[in-house]
Amino acid sequence: MPQLSRDTRHAISFTLNGKATSGHAEPRMLLSDFLVHELGMTSVHVGCEHGVCGACTLRIDGTVSRACLTFAVQVDGKRVDTVESLSPEEGGLSDLQKSFRRNHGLQCGYCTPGILMSLDAYLEENPKPSEAELRDMLSGHLCRCTGYVNIVRAVMEHVGNSP
Amino acid sequence: MSQTQEKYVGQPVERVEDAALLTGSAMFSDHLPTRTGTLHAAILRSPHAHAEIASIDVSAAKAMPGVVEVLTGEDLRDISDPFLIVLREPILQWALAVGKVRYVGEPVVIAIATDRYRAEDALSAIEVAYRTLKPAIDPEEAAAEGAPVVHEDVGSNIVSTRDFVYGDPDAAFAEADRTVKLKISYPRNSHTPIEGFVAAVAYDPATESYDVQSNFQGPYSTHTVISKALRVSSSKLRMRTPNFSGGGFGVKVQVFPYIVLMGLASRVTGRPVKWIEDRLEHLSGATAAPNRIVSIEAAVRNDGTITGFRFDQLDDYGAFLRAPMPGPLYRMHGILTGAYDVKNLSVTNRLLLTNKCPSGMVRGFGGPQMYYAIERLVQRIAVELGLDHYEVIRRNLVPAGVFPYRAAAGALLDSGDYPAALEKAANEGKLEELRKRRDEARAEGRLYGIGYAAIVEPAQSNMGYLSNILPLEERRKNPKGGAVSNATVNIDPLGTVNVTADSIPQGQGHMTVLSQIVADNLGLEPGDIHVNLEHDTAKDAWSIATGNYSSRFTSSTAVAADRAAKKARAKLARIASQTLNVPPENLEFGNGRIYAADNPDNSINLYRVAGSAHWTPGNLPDDMEPGIREIGSWSPPELEPPNDKDQINSSLTYGFVFDFCGVEIDRDTGEVRIDKYVTMHDSGTLLNPKLAEGQVHGAFAWAVGCALYEEFAYGEDGSFLNGTFADYLVPTAWEVPEPQIVHMATPSLVTPLGAKGVGEGNCMSTPVCIANAVCDALGVENVTLPLSPDKVSALIHGEERPPPEGVETPPAPKGASDRVIAGTGEAFVPAAQEAVWDALLDPEKLAAVIPGCHALDRVGENEYRAEVTVGAGPVKGRFKATVILSDMDPPNAATLSGALTGLLGLSEGTGRVTLTPRDGGTALAYDYGIEVSGTVAAVGGRMLEGAARALVRQFFERLASVLGGGPAEAPEADAPAALWWRRLLAALGIRR
Ligand code: FES
Ligand code: FES
Repeated sequence: MPQLSRDTRHAISFTLNGKATSGHAEPRMLLSDFLVHELGMTSVHVGCEHGVCGACTLRIDGTVSRACLTFAVQVDGKRVDTVESLSPEEGGLSDLQKSFRRNHGLQCGYCTPGILMSLDAYLEENPKPSEAELRDMLSGHLCRCTGYVNIVRAVMEHVGNSP
Repeated sequence: MSQTQEKYVGQPVERVEDAALLTGSAMFSDHLPTRTGTLHAAILRSPHAHAEIASIDVSAAKAMPGVVEVLTGEDLRDISDPFLIVLREPILQWALAVGKVRYVGEPVVIAIATDRYRAEDALSAIEVAYRTLKPAIDPEEAAAEGAPVVHEDVGSNIVSTRDFVYGDPDAAFAEADRTVKLKISYPRNSHTPIEGFVAAVAYDPATESYDVQSNFQGPYSTHTVISKALRVSSSKLRMRTPNFSGGGFGVKVQVFPYIVLMGLASRVTGRPVKWIEDRLEHLSGATAAPNRIVSIEAAVRNDGTITGFRFDQLDDYGAFLRAPMPGPLYRMHGILTGAYDVKNLSVTNRLLLTNKCPSGMVRGFGGPQMYYAIERLVQRIAVELGLDHYEVIRRNLVPAGVFPYRAAAGALLDSGDYPAALEKAANEGKLEELRKRRDEARAEGRLYGIGYAAIVEPAQSNMGYLSNILPLEERRKNPKGGAVSNATVNIDPLGTVNVTADSIPQGQGHMTVLSQIVADNLGLEPGDIHVNLEHDTAKDAWSIATGNYSSRFTSSTAVAADRAAKKARAKLARIASQTLNVPPENLEFGNGRIYAADNPDNSINLYRVAGSAHWTPGNLPDDMEPGIREIGSWSPPELEPPNDKDQINSSLTYGFVFDFCGVEIDRDTGEVRIDKYVTMHDSGTLLNPKLAEGQVHGAFAWAVGCALYEEFAYGEDGSFLNGTFADYLVPTAWEVPEPQIVHMATPSLVTPLGAKGVGEGNCMSTPVCIANAVCDALGVENVTLPLSPDKVSALIHGEERPPPEGVETPPAPKGASDRVIAGTGEAFVPAAQEAVWDALLDPEKLAAVIPGCHALDRVGENEYRAEVTVGAGPVKGRFKATVILSDMDPPNAATLSGALTGLLGLSEGTGRVTLTPRDGGTALAYDYGIEVSGTVAAVGGRMLEGAARALVRQFFERLASVLGGGPAEAPEADAPAALWWRRLLAALGIRR
């Protein structure tokens, strides 16, 4: 890792949702702050800045990560995917997103992009989770609006495991 | 052409909000553009619950790079006024503390810099000297004579006492077969939206006005509080809110003190200032629902009939009485008899101030506390009389056929059939089966209980409800009542329908519902209706009731939108009647066209009719105004000011909720598992059943949190103890079961759409329903929420027993409490014992070894002073450490005692370290007990575990390298979850 100095804004380049992106950040700048305040990403939401709520969840080189526990400089040279990456090429909503809409799986929507990113990775590994498995995985995210019922319904319907 | 247009109101229409939210394009407050050059603020908060501010030195902070300004309460005092409150008591609060701090988390200094990081840097350079005072924390102690007083000028922590009597309670109690009594204590908690507060304010010196962008949620009666504090007229305070807010739940009213603070910061700096609240700030300093102690009594007959209630309510509002407090007591006032037909009632309301974060609106708004008292008492009545709990509820319900029904304290229950609802819930929820299930479980020796709760859910507050806190003569001078709502339907020149309104949504789907209502009126599809609920007080209609709170939407803004749409329809019909040669009253709207009812082929496109109002205004009927921009406003006549008998119809609509549940308690762990939950709602006509159900799910989930996990915990010194989401536990998908929802729809008689509120009922019914089930399972008289495993275990097994003989417990300092952290640890350094001992006594070596150490001096033979910066979880700060060594046994062991003080708090502790030669190196063992207070106490063990380990590892690695040896072994498997504090002190202790 290159030597970084405190008050210097370092150049970083990475692939954001498939597009080459670059910017400058001090070593201590959080990835969440960098994406929202430097790049204007409206899909990145911060709820706790200590890794518990899951609102800031995104993928770095495919690995599900908390943007609030990552420094911007750490993604130099990497691939970062946020919820925009889920949209099908022709635009609109992915099937899972449609299922969220059909099942009223979101209210304020603040927690939603983070949950969708975790699900995106999780369903790659476990395409047909049981409800208990799904609830276990979702317990890494806090939602204060929905009571989780409709989030669970949306996913179960999407994976074709609805009761 | 099809003549019948599908109706959308009442359908589970998909939300128009969702596409933007699901794809991440929706803009929340933090995403809104601000002007170039906007500055960023960070707030230094009090680490003490109660202290005088002796001095504040901001000079070093001001000199730091990027720092533009640093302001204290004294600086703001000259340019602002204290916040208006409902009482005429000298409870003065400015945007920053003046003279004294009164709760942990109270804003003391604001630093404004070019970015947030630099603003936070500045905080660490501010020196504040406090003289701590004894705090008032426990509500009953705080209410007693001789308690420390939060506001000296008031002279007492009880700032208002009001007695109310309805009917003849004395006679009811005298004639009763018996009296059943209970005392309950409801905890302090909050709905904690996932998005915190955001406020960005730009002051314009030319017009002396403030432009505010924030996620404030109303009520806009608070606009007056802000403008008065800023000393401007209302037109010079422009408040803007976006379409999307990350949850509100009432909590986001309390953005307002920060709007004032950022406004003043902008005024002083001459630049826009933005602030984003972090989670620690939110949990410690945003707001909370008041905790409440209620002594409640019922006069009862032997058959279970309740003939009278007596309430004595002590409501704890924290350090200040911020608007709209004391809403939680008075918003529920008219409905104090709940769902029951009880004519005789007396109530004493006492408002208490303590050294805790000021209370505010939180979903349920007084209902959870009130129903906890009533519904717990009803369960006790059943137990004491040997009756079935369900039967006691049924017997006392307001009967069918008496609506509208005037409750004793003035609520006008608009509609319902409570007994039928009860029966429907029991049938569809299979109550009989549940009873069998309980019996079977009990026969097997398991702990299983059933709980019930029946409540009336009020919605749309009467703006006059707080008047009841004033004596009759005073409120006669200025009677207050009503609740005004506004919406606008605007059809543009191409015929597109646009709707704006005063609802300030936070996820409830208001855009969708308004699109349904307007679509039905105009014969269009919801997708044809463009709803924009950004609100701007400089341009949109608003009133004091504007906002999103008290389940106001369905019986207010939705009605205003319906009225606006009906006006637009009437206008379009008149214009179309000229073209179609049909009287307007004979025209129908459907599928985008306006047509003759008796001859659908005689029709015209709606957009053409609307367009003509713009393109050819000359052709409009003579008395008609051009364009189509129709405003609907509404204030329901039933919302009258309180009458001379202190009766008040405190809300407009009253839904009915009846819940029952089965819980099983794990005898070993004390864990409460909700086995089955049934919730019956009669919320009048449902405008969108899918959204209504979502509201029930959300309220239920929070209520499960309130019942089992959530409480803002304070130490007896006023330290705030759960400042992260790892400490303030919020239920996840794993903990929240799916409730069975049973619906009934008795339309409201007082709102044109027949709808009532639906979003708060379970916040009121569920906590007490679960508590009743736990009481039933354990056969105990009373319980206090949240029902955490340790509390429930204590109910099953008694208090925890002391450890058996021979099992050592770590030392605890005097005044041991929740905040005492104790533990033990071990490490190995590959250097000789003598060398390690010497290194630990050598200030220079030690300074190099302690992580984050800036300076370390020996100030006495065995006394050191150090300055260290340590961070863990969301807190980071600079501390001064003093350490005294004693009981020295060179080179084998020493005891150290010491203290760390800093802006984030204080800690004191003692520890013992021993050194033993082992394998050519030295093994170190230590134990310690430390008491923490201040901000850092809010960061609990779990959050700090990782940081603690890292610090200790660093310490030993550095020690090893200073001694020139190989790598040290980091201590493995530490003793009980340990704060870095103890680690650090324990580590310091090793130097001998
Ligand atoms: S903001 Fe990152 S986990 Fe909460
Ligand atoms: S939808 Fe609001 S937090 Fe999940």
